[in-house]
Amino acid sequence: MSPVEHETSAQSEKLSEYRRREQSITLSEVDRPGGPPDAAGDGEPGETRQELLTLNFGPHHPATHGVLRLLVTLQGEVVRDIKPIIGYVHTGIEKTAEDKSYWKVIPVIERMDYLAYYFNAMAFCGAVETLVEVEVPKRAQYLRVINLELNRIASHLFWLATSALDLGAISMFWYCLRERELIVDLFEMSSGQRMHTRYFQVGGVIEDVPRGYAEKLRSFLKLMPGRVDQYRALLNGNEIVLARLRGTGRLDAESLLALGVTGPLLRAAGNPWDLRKAQPYCSYGDFDFRIPIGTVGDNYDRLVVRLAEMDESVKIIGQALEGLPEGPYMTSDRKVALPPRHELATSMEALIHHFKLVTEGFRVPPGEAYYPVESPRGELGCWVRSDGSAKPARVHMRDPSFVNLQAFSQMAEGGYIADMIATLAMLDPILGGIDR
Amino acid sequence: MPDATGLELIGQELGSAVLDTVFFRERATLVIEPDSVRDVLAHLRGEGYAFMASLHGVDYYPEEPRLGVVYELLDMARVDRISVKLRVHSQAPEVDSAMPDRPGDRGWPTAVHQEREVYDMFGVVFRGHPDLRRILMPEDYEGYPQRRDFPLGGEPVTFTYNDPKRPPATA
Repeated sequence: MSPVEHETSAQSEKLSEYRRREQSITLSEVDRPGGPPDAAGDGEPGETRQELLTLNFGPHHPATHGVLRLLVTLQGEVVRDIKPIIGYVHTGIEKTAEDKSYWKVIPVIERMDYLAYYFNAMAFCGAVETLVEVEVPKRAQYLRVINLELNRIASHLFWLATSALDLGAISMFWYCLRERELIVDLFEMSSGQRMHTRYFQVGGVIEDVPRGYAEKLRSFLKLMPGRVDQYRALLNGNEIVLARLRGTGRLDAESLLALGVTGPLLRAAGNPWDLRKAQPYCSYGDFDFRIPIGTVGDNYDRLVVRLAEMDESVKIIGQALEGLPEGPYMTSDRKVALPPRHELATSMEALIHHFKLVTEGFRVPPGEAYYPVESPRGELGCWVRSDGSAKPARVHMRDPSFVNLQAFSQMAEGGYIADMIATLAMLDPILGGIDR
Repeated sequence: MPDATGLELIGQELGSAVLDTVFFRERATLVIEPDSVRDVLAHLRGEGYAFMASLHGVDYYPEEPRLGVVYELLDMARVDRISVKLRVHSQAPEVDSAMPDRPGDRGWPTAVHQEREVYDMFGVVFRGHPDLRRILMPEDYEGYPQRRDFPLGGEPVTFTYNDPKRPPATA
């Protein structure tokens, strides 16, 4: 029996439709050179005809920042159509989360957007805390802010490093990773892990910062603004970078909003929407910082906005560190938080709580909650549905990269293929977050 | 957030399209008739909720109507959020797409990927969606993996001996 006979006709029809779409290289023709590909030609004999080339771009291509695949239709050097194809690193984290108790979900959730792990954990913990109605102590909130903003800088550094690499500037890569190394060292110091730290817990953070952390953080904060100025000097003094970024990939704020785009991309277009200011969560209202915005919404604005955001994050961390309140770093609600280690030796109740939490986990009242936070890429929202048991009935992450990618074809169509690479770099998609 | 009273007012304005209003943990949710989704979203846009922040799929197995779609709307001027929830029967999981369906219609272009994701994971069909295909799972995948009755790890690894597309081995 041939393989085809095993399939029903409907299936094979569907499949062939898919294969048609997938066809890597197709050639079709346009009648008028320079005109849009679908323009109806007058068909005069002797008129020059131009071929359209559909090119398969990725998924394994260093400029796609992961395993993003693009079907790009080109008219000469000009991009006419882009179809992003995603799902290559879909690992079913949302499904996995349904089979784990709430506190065990945090490590898998962190692996979604793998450059913004603290933000994933924050969105999830925030949603669960809303459902459980647990109060997070002030010190834990400040520690969260410190780590969130450090993570924002680290994420922006990685973005800057790889984006500059896409534009052909390799030295930026080493400089940015040099500074990112200092941040992951700080993460290692406070949580024991350099990435995917599982530092945030429902009800607070897992541990207080160790001795010497504040000094190390202070020296980083002293160093960082100067380093950002160096990046600026390197990039703003570079004619090639400016020529490739200015005026390319432009999209106005209204189209971005219609497509649901948030974060630095929206702010680069002049809309100062930032959840940290608009809907302050986690004590962000206590800090004095500004929202950098761009003017026209091209690639250069996106670069400038993110660089300025690093400066603002440094300011926030400084304020949070100096104003770090004394007190507990974890809620005292024993139904949610593990009891301190020393209590286990003396208190029977503490031992029971510990046993219940570790084996079954805590139960969450039935209900649904959506908790949005401002991640380095925009609104990262976690929607959690609880059915009353110790495992979530549904965890859905509204990942900003997933939504922002929708705007990519509008940004890059009509530009040159080289500008498409720059636009993709400035879009900052993280495929781990897109595919989840 | 609209408070509980504000939510009731919005619910009354929409009349019979609203099945229920839920105010839970400072969060307003309108439970609506699935067929009226486009009208409700258009009405809420008129009220200022002009940004669709997110779209979630959910499965209320074993209850029926089982599959849910949740729209998170945001009013950026007043910094106000409202959720719109609808539920469809698993036998006929169909609902109108929020995408613009005719020239001049603003619609919600942000729904294009997100509705595809809900279709992919739960099998909810969005009528009028311009390109309703699977987005994260392979195109020829069968079943809807985020449904609650879809087993975790229930998918056998395909080897040459159990590949349904290969002819059975002959001794």
